[in-house]
Amino acid sequence: MVLQSSFKSCLPLSCLLRTPRAGFGGTASGGLIIQSLSNDVYQNLAVEDWIHDHMNLENRHVLFLWRNSPAVVIGRHQNPWQECNLQLMRQKNIKLARRRSGGGTVYHDLGNINLTFFTARKKYERMENLKLVVKALKALRPQLNIHVTDRYDILLDGQYKISGTAAKLGRTTAYHHCTLLCNANKFLLSSVLKSPYKGLKSNATPSVPASVKNLFEEDPSLTCEMLLDAIAEEYATQHRIDHHITLIDPTDETVLPGINDKSKELQTWEWVYGKTPKFSVSTCFNMIYKDSVLDVKVDMDVKHGRIEACDIDLPQQWLPPALCSELVKSLTGSKFCPNETTALSSTLLRTCPQDYELHRKWNLLCENMTMLM
Amino acid sequence: VLPNVLTLETFFPQVCVHHVRSCSSIRFIKSKYACVFDKSAFNFSHQHRFFRTSAVSRGQIVQFKLSDIGEGITEVTVKEWYIKEGDSVSQFDSICEVQSDKASVTITSRYDGVIRKLHYNLDEIAYVGKPLVDIEIDASKGVAPEEDVVETPAMSHEEHTHQEIKGHKTLATPAVRRLAMENNIKLSEVIGTGKDNRILKEDILNFLAKQTGAILPPSPKAEIIAPLSKSETVPTAPKDKARKIPIPISRPIVFSGKDKTEPVTGFHKAMVKTMSAALKIPHFGYCDEIDLTHLVQLREELKPLAQSRGIKLSFMPFFIKAASLGLLQYPILNASLDESCQNVTYKASHNIGVAMDTEQGLIVPNVKNVQVSSIFEIASELNRLQALGSAGQLGTNDLTGGTFTLSNIGTIGGTYAKAVILPPEVAIGALGKIQVLPRFNGKGEVFKAQIMNVSWSADHRIIDGATMARFSNLWKSYLENPASMLLDLK
Repeated sequence: MVLQSSFKSCLPLSCLLRTPRAGFGGTASGGLIIQSLSNDVYQNLAVEDWIHDHMNLENRHVLFLWRNSPAVVIGRHQNPWQECNLQLMRQKNIKLARRRSGGGTVYHDLGNINLTFFTARKKYERMENLKLVVKALKALRPQLNIHVTDRYDILLDGQYKISGTAAKLGRTTAYHHCTLLCNANKFLLSSVLKSPYKGLKSNATPSVPASVKNLFEEDPSLTCEMLLDAIAEEYATQHRIDHHITLIDPTDETVLPGINDKSKELQTWEWVYGKTPKFSVSTCFNMIYKDSVLDVKVDMDVKHGRIEACDIDLPQQWLPPALCSELVKSLTGSKFCPNETTALSSTLLRTCPQDYELHRKWNLLCENMTMLM
Repeated sequence: VLPNVLTLETFFPQVCVHHVRSCSSIRFIKSKYACVFDKSAFNFSHQHRFFRTSAVSRGQIVQFKLSDIGEGITEVTVKEWYIKEGDSVSQFDSICEVQSDKASVTITSRYDGVIRKLHYNLDEIAYVGKPLVDIEIDASKGVAPEEDVVETPAMSHEEHTHQEIKGHKTLATPAVRRLAMENNIKLSEVIGTGKDNRILKEDILNFLAKQTGAILPPSPKAEIIAPLSKSETVPTAPKDKARKIPIPISRPIVFSGKDKTEPVTGFHKAMVKTMSAALKIPHFGYCDEIDLTHLVQLREELKPLAQSRGIKLSFMPFFIKAASLGLLQYPILNASLDESCQNVTYKASHNIGVAMDTEQGLIVPNVKNVQVSSIFEIASELNRLQALGSAGQLGTNDLTGGTFTLSNIGTIGGTYAKAVILPPEVAIGALGKIQVLPRFNGKGEVFKAQIMNVSWSADHRIIDGATMARFSNLWKSYLENPASMLLDLK
């Protein structure tokens, strides 16, 4: 099947903003297809923010195509501790990002493509967008058994999720974005999206787990490039514009003024972790110290990612009570973060009595505490 | 005649207006909607132009309803409030974030005013078409708020489009934009004095006045804008100068920045405790200059060898090993004084701490047992600690148990420093940057020397100046003549 390869170019976005590409015979309706040159999840999310905040979409539609190096992206109102294995992610250097749209948690890597449909707020219509995607995929591979569910997922063979959806509505503009699994690392996906943290209670939006499959498994001849091209072509046809993909660099301030500040904000601890809705941790763990097993019970309230209240129940006199209360006092107000906890507990030890046993016990307790984070 | 009030109904059929203060005149539009207007407030705005009392108390409460989300959605969950009762809001400010079925929606204010009531708590279900918040609108600004502009206003005008594209979102209400457009003013050239640098009507008028040189009528606000004096706009002739000294105009400097207070928590709180304890230690300092010319050469030779073993070799492993050799001769510097100052403990292990600058701030991981480690082993351990440090993954074991510390502040800059001893240690060394400086050699000739300064601090309760000086001299001699280290290496 001959695919019309898309014509890609790099143009200043400002030019395109002023002269909407009206199709032949079209009314004021214009469309634009852009693709990111970057695989950095924060930079790409920043592009979405920028378009949402700065572009006039009154009579214009924009399709944004992007892919990320390994990252986990949680929804606006979700709890990362509930959704993913943060310890594993730190080990594997998989980034954590919080997007501004709602919905659940997804795993991205270069085998997954992301599509964002930008419209005026009034023209927000998710079903239409997903039908467009399905039409494009079926045009590419007619034998694919795919359909859109009423939860805005796309299922393969009636059971495997290949795409998830989320949306963001602002005052004048809106966007709907979705993923599409082409050839992602399914094994890493399932292990990273499984939370090991116990005893969490929260009102954060929970994710609905689903069995996933890559389109590649259905048809090994498929690549991400082909999927992107097919979708761009269908979009161009439906909006009666040229099949022309504009490449953009999400670090270029001349094209996207203010974009680097947006990427920076998306990477701050305050945004990624601090925006977690209030939750509580109520759990217990065992510590093995010199042939004896100790039961420790921990209760914590976490608000804005910081420990609002903390209670540690230790066997009597295992640690001097003054020291215990010192630890609890220091943890209160501190970030619910293993790095922060390790740093503060090590620093506190400097002002404690210099006793080898005491230090060993203290370190053991603090290490176990950081495991909860 | 109160024209604004009469047309309110036709523009906002959904708005329910209440007036909470009792007043002298009541005017009914429809039996359903009691639109009450305080006559005296109106008199105020006509007759008393130069003064404004706090007219906020005379505002009208407007119930801002949750507008249509689209896709036939009727209910949403309130996920985050951006404002609280009592806050001032301007038109287009974000009020809250609601969520409905994977869609997150930012609700923005339609009015300028003060939030008087939030109708929902977090995680409660809010209904489309029902009141979300109550906003008290400023009466002196007129009852009819700006028309509900869903699309960005005046976008067809090239200039305004350009301003949005530049990324600088110039905040201004539609009336202000209209005023600017009518007067051919570029919003980007006007300085906004409102909240978030919002451009107000006064700012446009000021801008106009500056252009035409006109003297403005005093604004309703309390602050007085001084009219432009002749000496600024007209260049004075030399004759005039001899006679008149221009009086400098003092303009009120408009600065909208605010102080920000936040609590000291977590790691910083722990540092406060540690540093306060450190203050109790009577510090004395001792500084010296080290000629590292030979060491620089040696390192250049050894670097590729270390690289072939997968290790990056800096100067620190040499400094650390030399310090350990010095501590063998002067073990008091590797000791610890107990709280009551009754006992001194000489530590057997030389766990030398290396100050690291991370996102959190200053953390000090230490290299354990330097006294039995080779320089290569120290280097590889440093590599490991540095990698963990930048990834934010240092463990408690790496961060505790230090006995002596070196701080290589020179990598950032500086020559001399006054380091603070980290309890329970008794000494610390701060290393300045390596500079190429001219020095005299034995023959009296000038040569290029690689000079680094070291600043030691020690606990004067158990360390005396002579001990510190002798330790420093020994450390210096090892580094200035690296071959001598070979003799004493264990």
